Amino acid sequence: MIPAAFDYHAPKSLAEAVGLLSQYGDGAKVLSGGQSLLPLLKLRLGQAAHLVDIGRIPGLEYIKEEGGMLRIGGRTRESALEHSDLIRSRYPILLDTVLVIADPLVRNMATVGGNLAHGDPGNDHPATMLVLGAQVVATGPKGERVIPVDKFFLGLFSTALKPDEIVTEIRIPMPAARSGGAYVKFERKVGDYATAAAAASITLAANGTIAQAGLALTNMGPTSVRATAAEQQLVGKKPDAAVLESAARAAAQATSPNADRRGATDYKKEMGRVLAVRALKKALARAGGN
Amino acid sequence: MATHTIEVTVNGEKHQATVESRLLLVHLLREQLRLTGTHIGCDTTHCGACTILLDGQPVKSCTVLAVQADGHQLTTVEGLEKDGKLHPIQEGFWEKHGLQCGFCTPGMMMTSCALLARNKKPTELEIREAISGNLCRCTGYVNIVKAIQMAAERLA
Ligand SMILES: Cc1cc2nc3c(=O)[nH]c(=O)nc-3n(C[C@H](O)[C@H](O)[C@H](O)COP(=O)(O)OP(=O)(O)OC[C@H]3O[C@@H](n4cnc5c(N)ncnc54)[C@H](O)[C@@H]3O)c2cc1C
Ligand code: FES
Ligand code: FES
Repeated sequence: MIPAAFDYHAPKSLAEAVGLLSQYGDGAKVLSGGQSLLPLLKLRLGQAAHLVDIGRIPGLEYIKEEGGMLRIGGRTRESALEHSDLIRSRYPILLDTVLVIADPLVRNMATVGGNLAHGDPGNDHPATMLVLGAQVVATGPKGERVIPVDKFFLGLFSTALKPDEIVTEIRIPMPAARSGGAYVKFERKVGDYATAAAAASITLAANGTIAQAGLALTNMGPTSVRATAAEQQLVGKKPDAAVLESAARAAAQATSPNADRRGATDYKKEMGRVLAVRALKKALARAGGN
Repeated sequence: MATHTIEVTVNGEKHQATVESRLLLVHLLREQLRLTGTHIGCDTTHCGACTILLDGQPVKSCTVLAVQADGHQLTTVEGLEKDGKLHPIQEGFWEKHGLQCGFCTPGMMMTSCALLARNKKPTELEIREAISGNLCRCTGYVNIVKAIQMAAERLA
């Protein structure tokens, strides 16, 4: 399968890339890892007159802690996260997530910025970023702006990015003491998008109650769904099994999955509930609770 | 329609080519450079038959533009054999019957080479994880795992 013809641009700087995007407007698309965009163009489900490859711009691939934040460069590959000692030791929820994204070959090209910018509810990073309270840094003609990830996903394949903005960094607050997070996914086979998946984060107070909770589900609606009602139920409670299960039930109830070849609506909701319990339990164990 | 003049190093040899923006890397390799060892199995980024090494990392060459490879180092299955002698990974597939129809084999071997370059003694689980993006319809994978284990021993 061969994409329809387009022009390819390989800017050497961010300013040049933003200039090209401004110049070509809606006809242009950023090319990052290409692992979502090229399949779409090949199947001719999508079209672009101009691809602006950000792969030759230096300084967009890094993973570091600075100023109280984990900072991930917008073009950082999934495989870099997977092999990062910092991620392995301090951010197990990100390692959970990256290991279930696509397959190792795709992860050698696919990027974290692309995973968010694509706005695909089947992608795995969005739910994790939602429970971690991440910020997306977008660079456009007027410079940088910081978009809280809660405000980033607007709908199916639709995000708060303007056509001339590039995701240049993802920021995640450094983990608080006595906090933990986990991502649990059910997929039919390696490389499949989630039938359902759940991201959870928990911070414990000194008295053992839940001080902060995050819960979000993947592929259960037009965007990843943050389960705010469930989160509110959890805060202030002692994290026993009944509390976690009740929150998971509330989270699953608030979803609207489509019936498709991965399963019926009720089945997916039930899977979402089960996975939410598992993610909460794993997050709790990592936070030092039980 | 824009064309680009690119230079890629394939199996140690420099090649210049003039390519359309939309030309996929696998087509550059197979149709312009006539290196047909790299296969096209699905063309939808699922099977891994088109796996090559891009700067040492295994990627699906049906999902990379040729122009993206400009200035980079590529290794294809044709680059494994040296001076008429098979690479240990090829010997492993040969001796352990790591293939039946052979369609997945070039991609499978390229992924295996990259694995063994970063992990000299992979466990069976690590091998199975590494090749999880390469589909084989024939072997059931058991002999592929044995082939990679044998290559690991020979390379040690
Ligand atoms: C077989 C297969 C299985 C997969 N399975 C999964 C899975 O299980 N889970 C999962 O999460 N993902 C999965 N993916 C998707 C993969 O992770 C994609 O790579 C990812 O969704 C997009 O990242 P990319 O860097 O490849 O972006 P690209 O494909 O280059 O771009 C995707 C979109 O985002 C835009 N974009 C990209 N980067 C930026 C940026 N920095 N700023 C602004 N816009 C940008 C592009 O213009 C385009 O519209 C799979 C892909 C394949 C091929
Ligand atoms: S042909 Fe490239 S992944 Fe199948
Ligand atoms: S040997 Fe036939 S597909 Fe693997």
